[in-house]
Amino acid sequence: MGRLLLIARLAVKDVIRNPAEAVMLLVAIVAATTTLTVALALRGVTSAPYAATRAATAGPDVVAAVQQGRRLPAELTALEHAPGVVDSSGPYLMATPNLVVDGHSDPVIAEGRDPSDAAIDQPKLTAGHWVSNGGVVIERSLADLLNLKVGDRVGLDALVGGGNGPGGGPVPGARGGPGPGGGPLRAVGPSFRVVGIAVTAALLPPPLSEDAHPSGFPEAGLVWVTRSAASQLAASTGGGFGYTLNLKLADPSDAPAFATRHQHGGLFLISWQAIAAKDGLIVSIERAILLTGSTLLGLLALASVALLVGGRMEQQTRRVGLLKAVGATPALVTGVLLAEQLVLALVAAAAGLIIGWLAAPLLTNPGASLVGAPGAPTLDLSTIGIVIGVAAAVAVLATIVPAVRASRTSTVSALADAARPPRRARWTIALSARLPVPILIGMRLAGRRRRRAVLSAASVAITVGSLVALVMFREHANSLDTSGGLGRLYRFSGPGDPLWERGMDVMLVFTIALVLLALVNAVLVTWATVQDARHASAIERALGASPEQVGWALVVAQLLPALPGAILGVPVGVGLYDLVGRHSSTLPSAPALLGVLVVTLLVVAVLTSVPARIGARTSVAEILQSELA
Amino acid sequence: MNERENVIVSARGLRKEYGSGESLVRAVDEVELEVGRGETLAVMGPSGCGKSTLLHLLGGLDRPTAGELWLNGRRIDGLSERELAQLRRHEVGFVFQAYHLMDELTARENVELPALLAGRTPRGSRRRAEELLEQVGLADRAEHLPSGLSGGQRQRVAIARALANEPQLVLADEPTGNLDSAATLEVLRLFETLHATGLTLLVVTHDERIAATADRLISMRDGAFVDETRLTGGTIGTLADLAGLGS
Repeated sequence: MGRLLLIARLAVKDVIRNPAEAVMLLVAIVAATTTLTVALALRGVTSAPYAATRAATAGPDVVAAVQQGRRLPAELTALEHAPGVVDSSGPYLMATPNLVVDGHSDPVIAEGRDPSDAAIDQPKLTAGHWVSNGGVVIERSLADLLNLKVGDRVGLDALVGGGNGPGGGPVPGARGGPGPGGGPLRAVGPSFRVVGIAVTAALLPPPLSEDAHPSGFPEAGLVWVTRSAASQLAASTGGGFGYTLNLKLADPSDAPAFATRHQHGGLFLISWQAIAAKDGLIVSIERAILLTGSTLLGLLALASVALLVGGRMEQQTRRVGLLKAVGATPALVTGVLLAEQLVLALVAAAAGLIIGWLAAPLLTNPGASLVGAPGAPTLDLSTIGIVIGVAAAVAVLATIVPAVRASRTSTVSALADAARPPRRARWTIALSARLPVPILIGMRLAGRRRRRAVLSAASVAITVGSLVALVMFREHANSLDTSGGLGRLYRFSGPGDPLWERGMDVMLVFTIALVLLALVNAVLVTWATVQDARHASAIERALGASPEQVGWALVVAQLLPALPGAILGVPVGVGLYDLVGRHSSTLPSAPALLGVLVVTLLVVAVLTSVPARIGARTSVAEILQSELA
Repeated sequence: MNERENVIVSARGLRKEYGSGESLVRAVDEVELEVGRGETLAVMGPSGCGKSTLLHLLGGLDRPTAGELWLNGRRIDGLSERELAQLRRHEVGFVFQAYHLMDELTARENVELPALLAGRTPRGSRRRAEELLEQVGLADRAEHLPSGLSGGQRQRVAIARALANEPQLVLADEPTGNLDSAATLEVLRLFETLHATGLTLLVVTHDERIAATADRLISMRDGAFVDETRLTGGTIGTLADLAGLGS
């Protein structure tokens, strides 16, 4: 107990003595643990909202649909009596009008329903009441997107031309302007009052869910009206879009096989498992981004911690000597050095858990289309354990080697504060002799500490990789946007595809975190190099090198590993994009790639020039004299 | 050559202060100094008396708080860092007690470094380094790292390095402070050779035996000169024998 107390006291004292380093260490680990927490919190979010929605709406096991005119096909109704089917609702007629709000039109599918509740797929109302004459119920994500509330008036109009509507009355504010996917409205259509807002667990089977809307818009929103209104809307739009039938099976797990067995001709089916997978896709993409991001952040944090600890160990040689001189065993010395980093890592893990817990709802909102309040996901014990374990592992991994090495240093040489001998890079020395002075000194500096150069290169590679992946994401998104939107991927994204934008935001957030951490790393590497090169730089200045030459040399020493790191970052980014984006990758455009590389190297140069200049200004006499102290 | 041209280093009211208020320390206090070309000057005094600070000021490694400092007829106390670097590159050579060799460079690479920094060609720098190592008797150790050399050999490498750019003034700070008697004698003999070539040598030491080998001895205490003695002891070899350093 006494020894543990001693270790704790020594560790805490040193943390207080070097607060700036402690803060940087905290920042590095907090960034990694926050992202990891959010990523882990998303585990449950992937399936829970759909399950809740399915339970609340008596969701179907299979949705069957046909795309035809107004005639109800016999093969669809025959499914009600197919082996394994225990209950059903429908068939419901679907019309394809445009929803007109404030002069803008959005293509929607209007499903005709009975005023009474259906046994299967009864949409769950989140506001208002169910369909009635002259009233329309809007699917929640669509209502959110168009900012519609119960009591608002909307128009349901034919894509081409207007006509006498079943609801009666003119559309408020309809100006006949073009909608996001529809054609121009030539006449004021029928007016409806929004009587309810609801969510559903049903989904039209592909290809009906994707490209069958006559507007050509791949992902139309969903509204419910009365059967008679749907029928009249279908008539006014030149025929119905089709029919949908919801089925309940004796064995819900058999739904995928049932869907496959009965799909033929113009009859399309989708199982509840497929719907759940589609609903979870956006969240799972976010989760993939975050898990990959947190892994990368973890690696960068490891590099940061390794650099910080390495730098700290260099400064602690004399302290280690003093501890050993007063009787500390190598184990105690290792314990003190490890305890310091562990204490900081645990504090950072706690902070990361709290920040991640608070931030998770912003990213884990399942979307307006599903039931379930977007609250904070619960932090279970496994998440807490994993986050703390990762933070501790990062600290231990980065500390153990220098800590053991420091504890094994001879007491006498530690007391003399003898610097760790640099590595001799024979070819670098020979080659650099032919180059200008800043490059000569810079190359030799970089060659002195290979491990640091590798860490620096890895840090840059990870950062550039993330930036390249982001650029690829963005370019891919843009290309899809111009060809009709990304909505085809996400049933509940609705027009305008806000969920995809959210995925992009997540990617951006973690890239910003990565870049920030990489910037911290760049400064740490430079500062560690400046500290390590103090003696060598002082000698070079005593021999006639100017402060500017030494300053530029330090920048060169950082750029040398940064250049291969940045180049390596391109394939890393492509791999990352393939992993997260699940798309066949095409390289980003050459200007974008070149831009990322140039900007990265410029940022490294600018960032390193500051500590380099500070280091180069230190008095030569002071440094050389301190070597004798 | 008139008397002014014969002076290579001149200091007037040279002062160097650290700290302020009650913690003000005057490391060099109103020093007046003239060093003639080809002269060997020893500065003696106890630890902390300001000898090393004076040497750093004279070599442009540090800037004085007040006073005038002239080197080769040029006032240097107001030079910029870049100009001081040029000065150190071409006009001054340093020898330090702790050698201050680059651990990862061989003896030859250490010696050629100042020439490379001065912009000489790699081949020219290498040739010059080999000549100097030959001159200090270490041609056969040219490819050894400092860790493979004895203290005396390291200091001889450091002296060779100080001469790489043919400076007119060599400043040596406790050059034998870390050496045993035999190695000390090696270094002193080397200094004698340099003295014979007309090089100006300023040696800071607290060892009377070393000081006795100089042409002139200045004693320092609390940052100020307290005594000056012109010595006529002759060659270093003779004095080394007198000082008990001879083999």
